[in-house]
Amino acid sequence: MNTRPALDVSQLPAYVFGPRGLMWWGTMGIVAIEGTMFVILMTAYFYVRLYVPEWPPNLPPPDLFYGTVNTLVLLMSAVPNQWVKRAATRQDLHAVRLGLLTCLAFAAAFLVLRAYELTALNCSWDTNTYGSAVWMLLGFHTFHLVTDALDTVALTALMFTRRIEGQRFVDVSENADYWYFVVGVWMPVYGVIYLAPRLL
Amino acid sequence: MAGTGGRTIAALADDHERRTLERTWRPPPGLIGWLSTAHHQSIGKRFIVTAFGFFLLGGILALLMRLQLAQPESQFLGPDLYNQIFTVHGTTMMFLFAVPMMEGLGVYFVPLMVGTRNIAFPRLNAFSYFVYLFGGVMLYVAFLLNVGPDAGWFSYVPLAGPEYSPGKRVDFWAQMITFTELSALAVAVELIVTVLQLRAPGMALHRIPLFVWAMLVTSLMIVFAMPAVMLSSTMLIMDRLVGTHFFNPVEGGDPLLWQHLFWFFGHPEVYIIFIPALGIISCVVATFCRRRIFGYTAMILSLAATGFIGFGLWVHHMFTTDVPLLGQSFFTAASMMIAIPSGVQIFCWIATLWSGRPRLHPPLLFVLGFFFVFVLGGLSGVMLASVPFDLQVHDTFFVVGHFHYVLIGGAVFPLFGGLYYWFPKLTGRMLHERAGAWNFWLLFVGFNLTFFPMHQLGLEGMPRRIYTYLPEMGWGDLNLLASLGSGLIALSVLVFLGNVLSSRRHGRLASDNPWQAGTLEWATSSPPPTYTFLHIPTVSSREPLWEQSADQPVVTGLHRDIREVLVTSLLDAEPVHRIRMPDDSIWPFLTALATAGLFVGSVFTPWAVPIGAIPVGIGLLGWLWPRQKDYDEQVTLEGKR
Repeated sequence: MNTRPALDVSQLPAYVFGPRGLMWWGTMGIVAIEGTMFVILMTAYFYVRLYVPEWPPNLPPPDLFYGTVNTLVLLMSAVPNQWVKRAATRQDLHAVRLGLLTCLAFAAAFLVLRAYELTALNCSWDTNTYGSAVWMLLGFHTFHLVTDALDTVALTALMFTRRIEGQRFVDVSENADYWYFVVGVWMPVYGVIYLAPRLL
Repeated sequence: MAGTGGRTIAALADDHERRTLERTWRPPPGLIGWLSTAHHQSIGKRFIVTAFGFFLLGGILALLMRLQLAQPESQFLGPDLYNQIFTVHGTTMMFLFAVPMMEGLGVYFVPLMVGTRNIAFPRLNAFSYFVYLFGGVMLYVAFLLNVGPDAGWFSYVPLAGPEYSPGKRVDFWAQMITFTELSALAVAVELIVTVLQLRAPGMALHRIPLFVWAMLVTSLMIVFAMPAVMLSSTMLIMDRLVGTHFFNPVEGGDPLLWQHLFWFFGHPEVYIIFIPALGIISCVVATFCRRRIFGYTAMILSLAATGFIGFGLWVHHMFTTDVPLLGQSFFTAASMMIAIPSGVQIFCWIATLWSGRPRLHPPLLFVLGFFFVFVLGGLSGVMLASVPFDLQVHDTFFVVGHFHYVLIGGAVFPLFGGLYYWFPKLTGRMLHERAGAWNFWLLFVGFNLTFFPMHQLGLEGMPRRIYTYLPEMGWGDLNLLASLGSGLIALSVLVFLGNVLSSRRHGRLASDNPWQAGTLEWATSSPPPTYTFLHIPTVSSREPLWEQSADQPVVTGLHRDIREVLVTSLLDAEPVHRIRMPDDSIWPFLTALATAGLFVGSVFTPWAVPIGAIPVGIGLLGWLWPRQKDYDEQVTLEGKR
């Protein structure tokens, strides 16, 4: 009806996966902000290291056992995570449900292990600045584990309702990307908390 | 079909389309509707009006300080109240006025300028506004109850630490930071995604308006700068509340850690305030010279360079600490280097003015005022970049003079220009021009009277943040002059306020494009409808309204009964896919309320964090859980393939 020349977009898809979609960019925005926070916290850790002669000051370093086991669990959770991401991309609802439940089992495991980790740090946040830095770093990562787990619980519940459309699978895929961030950022944090006191 | 008949039918169809779009995009009615709307125009206006409200409050505090300092040994304010006043003044102007004001302009105008119908993540946008509002209200409630922060807007430890600032004053400051930075970070992500993904087809990177470029650079800076202050203020409140030792030297902490973290945010903050102003200036200069901006590419490179170098300057705030010599040299060089991109831009604007036919309306007047004031502020900045000079005037009124030249000159002058420029689009009416001229000249004269003498006072040794001084120091005359000047500034702001209030009702009606500008926000009515454009435009030039022919194609094929927008590719803005924007919802407001409860509670007890997290979680669930309508509409969208 309109006499102006037109660019008809009605045949374009209503959702896309990956970096051409809004959700991907939103997730990357959060990753950039929180990644910056982790970098700053680790920098602060090494900054306060500069001003004391021994490290950790008059304390044994954190026990390796729980932290190391948990690192392995976190790394292994990448397997179901990748599986969910692929299932989401081919929109296989059954596989997505199964994969999300597996991820949640891993989440339960690493949260329990994290609780044990907190008992094996050999310092408290109010012992000295070293203790404050360790607790802040580990606490901040634990906050990410908890929120990512709760987020995944909500998403899993949603995938068991009947309101499933294509966009929902994009959400699953983005949740998987965020999971990678939470696992990936743990690797340097593990190095700082568990290895730096032994090496510095 | 005969020509006239065809046009009539087309007009009827347009009318029908307009009504459907209006029904789809309008906010729900009533108070609940007001609290629920997720539309960028409503939220943007709220940011602008609220930030201006805080500007007035901060201004009143400034006037109180000038009254106190007008004569030696004044008894008007006591030292304790004076400390609270300068702290709340600085905090207000930086966190509650400047950043939210610039972001508000971005929230309102970026979607219009890139040619889409709403900002990305609109509910997050509504949430950001309420979090900001609650944070500001909390600060002022605390101040009125005599628990206003009193350790300066940067809350240096150990003064702000548990030992020297017992009580809750600094805790309110620290949580005000959490409120405002959360809000700013969220808006930054929304703006980045809007610019990268929601541009009209054809608006490739080399056709993006300079204001939009400026908001993009600003938002990226926010993403990397603001986490530092959020974390450091969290460390501060933990030192005060749960006994951590980040800044306690006895247990291995270091007060300089605070300064590093604070200024790693605090220096980029200056550019976060200043770069949007550069975008405003480019719009105003181009429009009022009626020509393309000279050196568009150089302008963008300068904005980006400023964004990068802005992160390499923070130590120049710390020259009086034991920074190593090499560090001092590095940061001196960087501080001088940042003058280069600013200089490039100023020369580009001068070239544009030179080769154009400038029309001296209020917006351009304020921009010309910016040139004068900002160049002076830049010069005293280059002086301060030199370490020996900085050591001499550190913590004196010279610095107060300098940064008011940079911040008021660099941001407030262009901001007023921008408000005169965009007021017709915001309200549909023009501001009064003669009052605008009064507004400008009172501000210009008052500003220079107030802040120029401060340089001299600083050189004479008058320190910052003192509540009074002795008559024998000989600072009385210049202080009186400064105080008189501040009266003129107040008068100027009153003129502006009167102009806004009266023009809003009785001002001349504005056409769609009253200044004959070239960018897309002027392609729709004034004020714009909630759906922004009847047809999403396509773009084939940098100044579409000047350079595009009437039969430039428009986008068709989007649903009118669903809030659907077009997503385009990052570089060339080719259409990629369509998405559905979320509906209005009360949940972002409720979540913001719960978040406020958590933050305010955490001033008093750490248990507020785990307990307060429960209502926040419920709020998020209500916010994100899809309703039947969401599902139905999404299915309709997807089914169309």
